[in-house]
Amino acid sequence: MTTPPSGPAASRASVTARAVITTEAAGGRTRLETLRSDPPLTLRQTGPGLVHLVSTAAGPLGGDHLLLVIDVAPGTELEVRSVASTLVLPGSSPGDSVMVVDARVGAGASLRFSPEPTVLAAGCSHRMAVRLSLAEDANVVWREEIVFGRHGERPGRCRTRFDATVAGRPLLRQELLIGDPAVDASPAVYGDARCVGSTLIAGPAWDAVRDQKGERRATIGDGWATLPLAGPGVLASALAQDTVELRSRLERAESMADVYAGHMAGENGACRAATDTSGGRRAVAW
Amino acid sequence: MGAQHDDLHDAADPHGRALRLGIGGPVGSGKTALVAALCRSLGPSMRLGVVTNDIYTTEDAEFLRRAGVLDPERILAVQTGCCPHTAIRDDIAANLDAVETLEERFGPLDLVIVESGGDNLTATFSRGLADRQIFVLDVSGGDKVPRKGGPGVTTADLLVVNKTDLAPLVGADLTVMSRDAAAVRDGRPVLFTSLREDRSAHSVAEWVTSLVNTWKHANDHVHEHTTPTTAA
Amino acid sequence: MRQDIGEGRGAGMRDRPSGDAALLLLADSRLPAGGHAHSGGAEEAVRLGTITGPEDLARFLRGRLATAGLVTAALAAAACELAAATADHPAEPYGQADGDGNTPDAGTDADPARPWRRLDAEADARTASPAQREASRVQGRLLIRTARRIWPSAVLDTLAKAVPEGAHHPIALGAAAASAGCDPYQAAMAAAYNSVTGPATAAVRLLGLDPVTVHRLLADLAPALNDAAHAACASLIDDVVPDGAPQNGPAHNAATQNGAAAKTRGSGWPALPGHTAPALDLLAEGHLNNPMKLFVS
Repeated sequence: MTTPPSGPAASRASVTARAVITTEAAGGRTRLETLRSDPPLTLRQTGPGLVHLVSTAAGPLGGDHLLLVIDVAPGTELEVRSVASTLVLPGSSPGDSVMVVDARVGAGASLRFSPEPTVLAAGCSHRMAVRLSLAEDANVVWREEIVFGRHGERPGRCRTRFDATVAGRPLLRQELLIGDPAVDASPAVYGDARCVGSTLIAGPAWDAVRDQKGERRATIGDGWATLPLAGPGVLASALAQDTVELRSRLERAESMADVYAGHMAGENGACRAATDTSGGRRAVAW
Repeated sequence: MGAQHDDLHDAADPHGRALRLGIGGPVGSGKTALVAALCRSLGPSMRLGVVTNDIYTTEDAEFLRRAGVLDPERILAVQTGCCPHTAIRDDIAANLDAVETLEERFGPLDLVIVESGGDNLTATFSRGLADRQIFVLDVSGGDKVPRKGGPGVTTADLLVVNKTDLAPLVGADLTVMSRDAAAVRDGRPVLFTSLREDRSAHSVAEWVTSLVNTWKHANDHVHEHTTPTTAA
Repeated sequence: MRQDIGEGRGAGMRDRPSGDAALLLLADSRLPAGGHAHSGGAEEAVRLGTITGPEDLARFLRGRLATAGLVTAALAAAACELAAATADHPAEPYGQADGDGNTPDAGTDADPARPWRRLDAEADARTASPAQREASRVQGRLLIRTARRIWPSAVLDTLAKAVPEGAHHPIALGAAAASAGCDPYQAAMAAAYNSVTGPATAAVRLLGLDPVTVHRLLADLAPALNDAAHAACASLIDDVVPDGAPQNGPAHNAATQNGAAAKTRGSGWPALPGHTAPALDLLAEGHLNNPMKLFVS
């Protein structure tokens, strides 16, 4: 995940890996109950309630099946980051590379998931699936950034699926298809952008006001939008030419999320939890 | 959000609802000025609603709201996607939705005026949307316009020829216009106005008042003898 | 509900002769349901200069079909399937307490509105942009208003009551399609077709493009439209009427035996396509800020 190999495909055998992070409440604090690495998914605790994904092998490569399970116990807080961007490469094995993240966030718990971008190298064939299951009053900040190929390179193919539910109700279901030239360059889809990113910010503070007539207006800027969802959350969304511009746009969009939070946010802990889990960098202006 | 339209009545079914009056005519003939004038004259005595069909977004609606002739909430704007005539004639769904939204929010109403976006001489209101319609011309288009006819001029329940104050300046002969209009309109009325001089459009307001009274009476009459089955 | 809707299912809905003609009526841009005033983001793309001519437009349409078009097609197919499966449920019990004394709002299995709200929520979850949700609901509301007069049915009545602010357009389209006698594939086709014809027509009006050239673009999309409708139907799990589902009679009689059916009804909905188009989201929101717009969306 760290050092982009120069060759078109790395030549290790494909792997199936399952890494696990679970938390538990210990005397009012969050303790990591389980932290199980499974190379190439290697996990390191780097702070209280903070875990970094560390790369110990190239890839994902074609044929890899990687699963990351995250279970944030009720009342606990977890932040997951990565030390570097992920470079998805074609492999010597046939088949797609597959990355699945299965995350549950319990009642009153909060999760911040903000890894570095995923770069789709030429020739890759990648699938990503996120299943994010939130309890009624769970909080989450979930960021995804995807880069269409290394510099000057056409990306391989990628399909992502993101499903977030709150107490079983659908909050956000999105798929992205990347790598079909007829669609990538469509002014309806990515236009001339080479990076796409989004951050789901959800929690009880964003529960839509029931008696409100009509939809709330989004906030938009150059290449970014802050979209209040029908359910309790907002989606920050951005398109950009490069990762620096993408991050900057996404952070601007994220910073508008609190505009849509209800006044009760301070009382129910959403603000506090989100601030506490943002680590050293406060991307979101809470 | 819009109204909850659980009733299935035909749009033209008059049971228990306001008279729907369409006001159409070419761009610049004075439709919006006429709507403002009618609001001024009729507002004190009638429960009104207005739907505008602007070419550009909500310009006419904003004009009316700024004019202060009617509670701004009672003015709704419908966007027509470049085709104002489609929205009043071929696909009236959005206009019906707006009319019924007004009736639900403020009803019962006596009169809902639907102003078309400025279009050409062939644009008329569907009977599914408007019970009666007024077509507005102005003299600066030339005194030959009534003779040329077109469905608006010939079939509207009332033809209003506006800007009579400009007639001497543009060389329009009002006598010719009156005679030609009478010839193609089969006895339906024609009124000449100068909304710049008569900001309340007295003659048109009088015509509309009588229309609304007849409408109400007809409805009352209908209600005495029939059972409204599906009207909400 | 028209009699043939429920009955047609067992015999294979595509055998019904009314479907093809009804599809033409549903897909026709002259269907008076307010669609003519929506550009599907094309007006804003024209304003921003990302659609300037036929080449840009072709890419716009292809991308729109592959994303929003596929999603609406799948939702329409699911709605059509649900409508056909629930055609036996009479509309009358709605609003009354059911046999267990629960009100429909409590969300009992027998409440015919409940699956419609669930499916509508699936559409919400696939539409991150509030401007697009609003445009979709407005079009859905107008379509239901129109369809209830053209193809009156208990299903449309149920849907109108289940989502009074206006069901999402593909949901309304699927229910209207079923009421008109279409099958899910035809509903999907109508949705996919609508997803490109609106923007195409808008571009003709806004840019003065040669209408024949633009229709050629639409013709070029025909295979992609077929693919989208097929993919939409393939994404359905045909679980709406499992064995043992109630064939007739008051819904509450079947409540117990219907337990399994109620559990599986729509169990495939979460997996329906959710293809998103970030640029369309930005265009839809930007459109609302344009004071000189001609189209609603």
